[in-house]
Amino acid sequence: MADVGNQQQFRTVFGSLNDYVKGDLEIINDNPKYYAFSNVFEVASKSRPYEKVVVALNLGYVLEAVRAEGTSPWYAASHDEFAIVMDGTVEVDLVKLTDPDAVAAPDKQGSVLVKGEPVGRKMGWIKAARGHQVLLPKGAAYRFRAASPGVLLLQTILGELSVQKWAEICYM
Amino acid sequence: MSAATDLEPAVKASAASNRTGYRSFQLGSFQFSRDEYFVHVSWPAAGQTLTHTLSADAFLRAMMRDVAWGFFYGWVNLDEVIGTRNLYGQVQMYAGSYYPAYRDKGLSLTETFETPQIMATFKAILHDWTNAGFDPFAAPDETGKDWLGVKHGENGAVIERARQTCKRMPGLPGDSELRTDANGYPVNRAFTDVPQEQPQVHAEAGFEAEVHAFNLFAYLSRSDVTWNPSVTAVCGRSLCCPTTEEYILPIKHGNDRVEWFMQLTDQIDWVVEDKVTGTPRAKVRMKAGDVAAMPADIRHQGFSSKRSMLLVWENATPGLPEMYESGKLKPYPIEF
Repeated sequence: MADVGNQQQFRTVFGSLNDYVKGDLEIINDNPKYYAFSNVFEVASKSRPYEKVVVALNLGYVLEAVRAEGTSPWYAASHDEFAIVMDGTVEVDLVKLTDPDAVAAPDKQGSVLVKGEPVGRKMGWIKAARGHQVLLPKGAAYRFRAASPGVLLLQTILGELSVQKWAEICYM
Repeated sequence: MSAATDLEPAVKASAASNRTGYRSFQLGSFQFSRDEYFVHVSWPAAGQTLTHTLSADAFLRAMMRDVAWGFFYGWVNLDEVIGTRNLYGQVQMYAGSYYPAYRDKGLSLTETFETPQIMATFKAILHDWTNAGFDPFAAPDETGKDWLGVKHGENGAVIERARQTCKRMPGLPGDSELRTDANGYPVNRAFTDVPQEQPQVHAEAGFEAEVHAFNLFAYLSRSDVTWNPSVTAVCGRSLCCPTTEEYILPIKHGNDRVEWFMQLTDQIDWVVEDKVTGTPRAKVRMKAGDVAAMPADIRHQGFSSKRSMLLVWENATPGLPEMYESGKLKPYPIEF
């Protein structure tokens, strides 16, 4: 922040794939691994498009950092998921599955790939930019489109597509 | 101490002081009083009366969070000596119990109360001791010095602000409202550079209630409180609880489960201490995009020089405190 006359002017610092500064740990009497400290922009900068890299895990629930680039496969889940655009502009296509249980069984957790094109009615589409949160509703198939590289944060459940590589992504 | 007044049936309060105008309060064996600058807490232990003094503004900011969060997950240390532990239905109030110099000499006290009783007492304290013009939820730059001095007015409306929690996601039909100028949430002075455009949502007929998105950063830029998470996404028992932070987290939160932080904008510096002894363990400096776990056996306090956006990610699975306390779950989330 800077003082201009009596009025402070604030500048909000966002991160991006091309411009991020990672924080750090100052260990006094602890194990740095306990903090599993990573940065979603750094993770996405080293990821393949739409690789779902787990950056937070809490008894099966996850936050995943995803590099959005080009068009993703179609995904679905037996539960709601949420995506926050952390960098770039991402479009999301949604299709209401005719038989959602056949794609993601009710006891199946996390995102699954939809084989081929999803069967069902078009629900619509969303164009989201940095800071926007998108509902990926249960029973729907969805895919992402990003004309240039961006970063998504997904709130979901650990699934067969989740990738854990803590030793590679964590500050130690 | 007089009999209970008409403030609340369960609340024991004195008459207003002739000198300062403030009431004094009793909760079990704990006594609370305030004067122009300070709050004084006392409790009996080892045949004597122990006393502890805090600056009144710090006390009001801390107690405001404890009340607003419904005693939160685990321990809410109002400072290094006094605090509460949520037993979910009951709440412990303690003094010195997690401060070795007191505890090891038998000078600490922990008492357990039914949640409505301690909640009513804390709310009564906040109502009586918060003067007109002081908002315990605001950053120091946003609220004046009305916390000090003899009693002058009240500010009940800010104390009774409800924490905003969604069932699924804000803005969906029947769910929590988005924040706008029209419903009383102007953009905060520190976030005037945060874009306010909403996402483009193109829903086919019949799917208007499911094709949904909103500008989370704009929503946060309009928060009228600091260090008071909302809930903006619910996936099973996993809750995204973003919040805006400025100055110092008024309490030290002792975890009864693992929680995770993701820094959405700007920077917060966390001081991490052992939950039981308060001895330093680490400092975690988080910048935009950083993600870090807060283990289940620590207490932590954040410092944010510029108002920032933080995503607190919680797991509300019932029974977690017992699983961590029994050792069934390790205090840290992953091994690698």
